[in-house]
Amino acid sequence: MKFEGTSSYIATEDLKVAVNAAITLERPIIVKGEPGTGKTMLAHEVAQSLGAEIITWHIKSTTKAQQGLYEYDAVTRLRDSQLGDEKVKDIKNYISKGKLWNAFESNKRPVLLIDEIDKADIEFPNDLLLELDKMEFFVYETGETIKAENRPIVIITSNNEKELPDAFLRRCFFHYIKFPDPETMEEIVNVHYPEIKKDLIQEAFKIFYDIREVPGIKKKPSTSELIDWLKLLMTDDVDAKILREKDPKKLIPPLHGALLKNEQDVHLFERLAFISRRENENLE
Amino acid sequence: MFINFFFDLKQASLPVSLKEYLMLMEAMNKRVVDSFNVNDFYYLSRSALVKDERYLDKFDRVFGHSFKGLENSEGGTEKEIPEEWLKLMGQKYLTDEEKKMVESLGGWEKLMETLKQRLEEQKKRHQGGSKWIGTGGTSPFGAYGYNPEGIRIGQKESRNKKAVKVWDKREFSNLDGDVELGTRNIKVALRRLRKFAREGVESELDLDNTIKSTAHKGYIDVKMMPERRNKIKVLLFFDVGGSMDAHVKICEELFSAARTEFKHMEYFYYHNCLYDAVWKDNKRRYNENIKTWDLLHKYPSDYKVIFVGDAEMSPYEITYPGGSVEFWNEESGETWLTRLLNVYENAIWFNPIPERYWDRISSASIIKQIFSDRMFPLTIEGIDQAMRELNK
Repeated sequence: MKFEGTSSYIATEDLKVAVNAAITLERPIIVKGEPGTGKTMLAHEVAQSLGAEIITWHIKSTTKAQQGLYEYDAVTRLRDSQLGDEKVKDIKNYISKGKLWNAFESNKRPVLLIDEIDKADIEFPNDLLLELDKMEFFVYETGETIKAENRPIVIITSNNEKELPDAFLRRCFFHYIKFPDPETMEEIVNVHYPEIKKDLIQEAFKIFYDIREVPGIKKKPSTSELIDWLKLLMTDDVDAKILREKDPKKLIPPLHGALLKNEQDVHLFERLAFISRRENENLE
Repeated sequence: MFINFFFDLKQASLPVSLKEYLMLMEAMNKRVVDSFNVNDFYYLSRSALVKDERYLDKFDRVFGHSFKGLENSEGGTEKEIPEEWLKLMGQKYLTDEEKKMVESLGGWEKLMETLKQRLEEQKKRHQGGSKWIGTGGTSPFGAYGYNPEGIRIGQKESRNKKAVKVWDKREFSNLDGDVELGTRNIKVALRRLRKFAREGVESELDLDNTIKSTAHKGYIDVKMMPERRNKIKVLLFFDVGGSMDAHVKICEELFSAARTEFKHMEYFYYHNCLYDAVWKDNKRRYNENIKTWDLLHKYPSDYKVIFVGDAEMSPYEITYPGGSVEFWNEESGETWLTRLLNVYENAIWFNPIPERYWDRISSASIIKQIFSDRMFPLTIEGIDQAMRELNK
């Protein structure tokens, strides 16, 4: 089992090494990176390229570790017992399986994506330590032990809103997806839009990386924003010439709403455009 | 064979543990990567040993140091400082006299050797003082860039044999933990100071209690309990005006992060030092101020107190009555600060000035003393430490 990237996902060399290490050693891998660099995509692509089933567990601020294992619905059982329901005799009727249980049960090695683990409570990762390490857990209500037949490939993404506990980190591989350089970015774009014009890419990239360099910008546009923007440019059939426009009056790129998501950033950009226009006029 | 590397990492205070080292060995054993390819080994060890992007840069430096001269000799291109750049710099900044002086220092060879040494030292030390290269051009070596042949930094041997060393590019340098912070990072750091308690409206089912009560009474008796909430309470004091103008941005960031993070937060402004009054609106500070006495009485002692200020003033402004630059204060700033500290056990002072300068500013030393050393720099690490302190 080796992950080599797919036709729709460009994986850098270091990412491949990290993912393959996690697959071979059967340990979880934590993926971090700027928003929009394809962290969640990674899990789907790994599953696709290995032909494995993907099980996703989206974490919210209210998610508890136990919910990933199983939930015992005591209240329903209590109610049923008062109504004299037959179901009440078997406690298994009141246990619903969580994502981890599903993953452990799978008869082919699945990919388990634990998405945005940092959204949960600070203690959340600690509560999963043993379960992810041993890939087994105990169901108190029925007294059975659920053990993974095939240790799932666990991919965990984090947006860095909370620090993860050291004990948890020690058991995982780690990869930080850095922002792609222009060459990698071109490959990524080609994968998404193979029919895009070369000159349009070039001009769009220049503008995109320029915007990222603007000092003081609050939310730098990322890969997914670039992809969206290119799509808009293509559907509107914007010509590369317009992007190349050096006329300072049109310094703000067309359809910039896809790149700048923050009012302050748009203002900042307009102001910079205004200053450079004034300087140009002075030169003339 | 990699034990030394492991200890080098430890020495550079990277949080690596034996477990991670064993994991790396296991991965090598199972041939996850071709063990003769240094680049792959670099990726693998990075993935196994570094668990936080803050440490990536440090890791790259240690790796470069530990495996100097081991890199692959095939392929790749060289990474160097552009010649023109150095030339231009030299032409710009060196007068003919200086160029002569450079010659007299033992010629270029020697100079470059020293430069190289400095650079190594600098890498090790990690955070430069005014002596090292690259600190705003004050170091003499920044200017010596004048060299017709250019200086290659990060390369030791001859030009054409070497491949790019990925770790020498130090792509992660701006993720280091000591760098300035944005609000997001501050929020993460402030989260340390959370304390949950159940308070307010009873909106959740208390299962344990319900079962107990049901068993006791013989019919279903539902018990509710309030939701868990962060109950930390904070008083924030910001120094405004004067020397603080330079630090406005970081204070804004801290303020906005704190406001979203703490539900019970009160903020006040002061100037230079705490005296008998503070205010909440800078435009109306003379009309609508709040007496410090009222403040001490109003907020109970379980509030945590955070002061933000550069503590840069004349020592008289702290220690003598009438020392304030703005008005006649009956009692000294020290008296007021001590009074406040007597009420609030958990208090800290954030200073936006880098820690290494504190000793040279006598007013900062005095304040630090009054706060019994609980003064922290406004960096991620500093906030982190401060929050631990406040949690005590």
